[in-house]
Amino acid sequence: MIRARLARAGLWLWVLGVLFFLFAPIVTIILFGFDRSVIETWPIRHWTLSWYSVAWHDPQVRSAFLLSLKAAIAATILALVLGSLAAFGVHRARFFGRDSISLLLILPLALPGIITGVALNSAFRWAGIQLSIWTVIVGHTTFCIVVIYNNVIARLRRTSNTLLEASADLGATGLQTFRFVTLPTIATALVSGALLAFALSFDEVIVTTFTAGAQNTLPIWIFGAIRLGQQLPEVNVVVTLVVVVMFIPILIAARLTGSDNFAPRVAANRPK
Amino acid sequence: MTTSVGSRPKSGGPRSLRSSAATRARWRTAFLLSPPLLWFLVIYFSSLAVMLLTSLWSVNGFTNLIDRHLTTQNFHQIASGAYPSIIGRTVLIAALVTITDAVVAFPFAYAMARVATQRVQRILLVAVLLPLWASYLAKVFAWTSILINGGALNWTFAKLGLPAPNLGFTNGAMWIVFCYIWLPYMIVPIYGSLERLPSSLLDASADLGASWWSTFRRVILPLVMPGLVAGSIFTFSLTLGDYVTPLLIGGSNSTLVGNAIYENLLTGGNLPLAAALSTIPIAVMVVYLIVAKRLGAFEAL
Repeated sequence: MIRARLARAGLWLWVLGVLFFLFAPIVTIILFGFDRSVIETWPIRHWTLSWYSVAWHDPQVRSAFLLSLKAAIAATILALVLGSLAAFGVHRARFFGRDSISLLLILPLALPGIITGVALNSAFRWAGIQLSIWTVIVGHTTFCIVVIYNNVIARLRRTSNTLLEASADLGATGLQTFRFVTLPTIATALVSGALLAFALSFDEVIVTTFTAGAQNTLPIWIFGAIRLGQQLPEVNVVVTLVVVVMFIPILIAARLTGSDNFAPRVAANRPK
Repeated sequence: MTTSVGSRPKSGGPRSLRSSAATRARWRTAFLLSPPLLWFLVIYFSSLAVMLLTSLWSVNGFTNLIDRHLTTQNFHQIASGAYPSIIGRTVLIAALVTITDAVVAFPFAYAMARVATQRVQRILLVAVLLPLWASYLAKVFAWTSILINGGALNWTFAKLGLPAPNLGFTNGAMWIVFCYIWLPYMIVPIYGSLERLPSSLLDASADLGASWWSTFRRVILPLVMPGLVAGSIFTFSLTLGDYVTPLLIGGSNSTLVGNAIYENLLTGGNLPLAAALSTIPIAVMVVYLIVAKRLGAFEAL
C-alpha cells in the first residue's frame, strides 16, 4: 500500500519534472524579450519594452514577416485543395494500393526535411528554375498536404454514410449533398487542418533554406541573426512573436477537433 | 431449367446498373486523386529522382560548373576522410536521443493515459502539444541562452553550490536540445497506445501474481511497442537530417550529416556531393522503417 503510494508520488513528480523541462525554455525566451541588457545573462536585472519597438520598426523583420505570411497562406490554400481531394478520393474508393497513398503522402514528413530540401533544390537547378517565393511555396505545400489529408480523412471516417444516403433518398443531387451535408460536417476539420498547415509552414526553416532565393522568410532571418550573433535582443522578441502567432491557430484547432487529433508530424493522429 | 431462364434477366439488370455505378465511382476516384498524386509525382518523386541522378554528377574544379558525366566519385569521397566518422556520430546521437526520449516519455505518457483523471489528461495533452508546436528556432535559441556560461543553468548550479556545468556549445548541449525538441513526438504515440491498452489485461496479470516489473516487461511493453517504435521513427529521422541545432548550440566536433549537406550545398557550391550525402539519411531511414514494420509499428501510425 505504502509502496504503491510512493510509486504514484514518484510518477507525479516525474510528470512535474517533464512539464518544467517542456515549459522552462519557452518561458525563458519570452522573459528575455523584456531584458534591457544587450548581452544575455541570467537572472534578468533591468526590464524594458523597447526591443518590441525596435523589432516593430525593423524593415528587415517586417518584410521577412510579410514573406512568411504570404508563403504560409499560399501553401495552406494549395494544400487545402490537394489534401482534401486526396482524402475524398481515398475515403470513397476501395482499390488496391489505397493504404500506400497515405504512406506516400506522409513521406515528406517521415523522411528528414533536409531530403525534401536538397531534392527540390537539385530539381529546380536542373530545370533552370530561379529560387523565389514560389519555390518556397511549392516546398511547403508538399509537406502541408498530409496535415490537411489526415484531418479531413479522420473526420470522413467518423461521419456515418447514412447521412449521405438520407440526403440522396430525399432527392438531393450530388452537388447539393456536398454543399449541405458533406461540407458542414467537415468544415471544422478543414479549418483546423488549415491552421495547423499554416503554423507548420510559418515556422519551417530546413526546407525553406534550400528553396528560398535572396529573400528571407522570418525563420531564415532568425536563423541568420542567431548564427551571426547580431541583433540578439531583437531575436528574442521576434521569436516570441512567432510563438504567439503559432499558438493562436493551434489552440483554435485544438478547440475545433478535440485535442486528440492534431499532432502534426506525429502520424499517430489517425484515429482507430 | 426454368430457374436459370427466370433468373437471367433478373440478375442482368442490377448487375449492369451496378457496373455502371462502379465505373462512375472509379472515374470519380481518379478525378479526385489525380491532382494530389500528380503533385507528388511531378514535384516530390521526380525531385528525389533528380537528386539521386545529381549525386552521380560532379563539379568541375576549374569552372565550378556541374559536370553531368556519371561518376561514383562522390560516394568514394563519402567513404573516406572525415565523412565516415560524421555519419557514425549522426547515427549515434540519433540513437542516443531516441533512447533518452523513450525513457523520459514513458512514465509521463503512462501517468497521462492510465492514472490521470479525464480533466488532467486533457490538460496534460495540451501541455505536450503546445511545446511541440512552439517555434523550432525559438526553442533552440532559448536553450542557447540557458546553457551559455552566463545562462540560467550555470546560475542554478552556482546557487546550489555545485560546480558550473558549462554545457554551452558542446555535444552534451546538442544532445539535451535534441531530446527536448523531439520529446513531444515521442510522448504522443506512446500515450496513444497506452490509452488503448485494456485494463483487464493488467488486472489479469496482477491476479496471476505477476510483480509490477514482470507486468511491465511481459504485458505493457509488448503492447506499447508499436507506439514506441512510431515515436522513435520521428525522433530518429528528425535528428538524422538536422543541421540547425548542431550549428547553433553544438561545439566544434558536433558536425552531423545535415551540416555536411548544408555546407557542401550552400557554402561549398558542391550540389552533387550534397546530393550524395543526402542518400545516407534515406538509406538509414529505409532500414529503420523496414525493421519498424517487422515490429508492427505501422499499426500505430
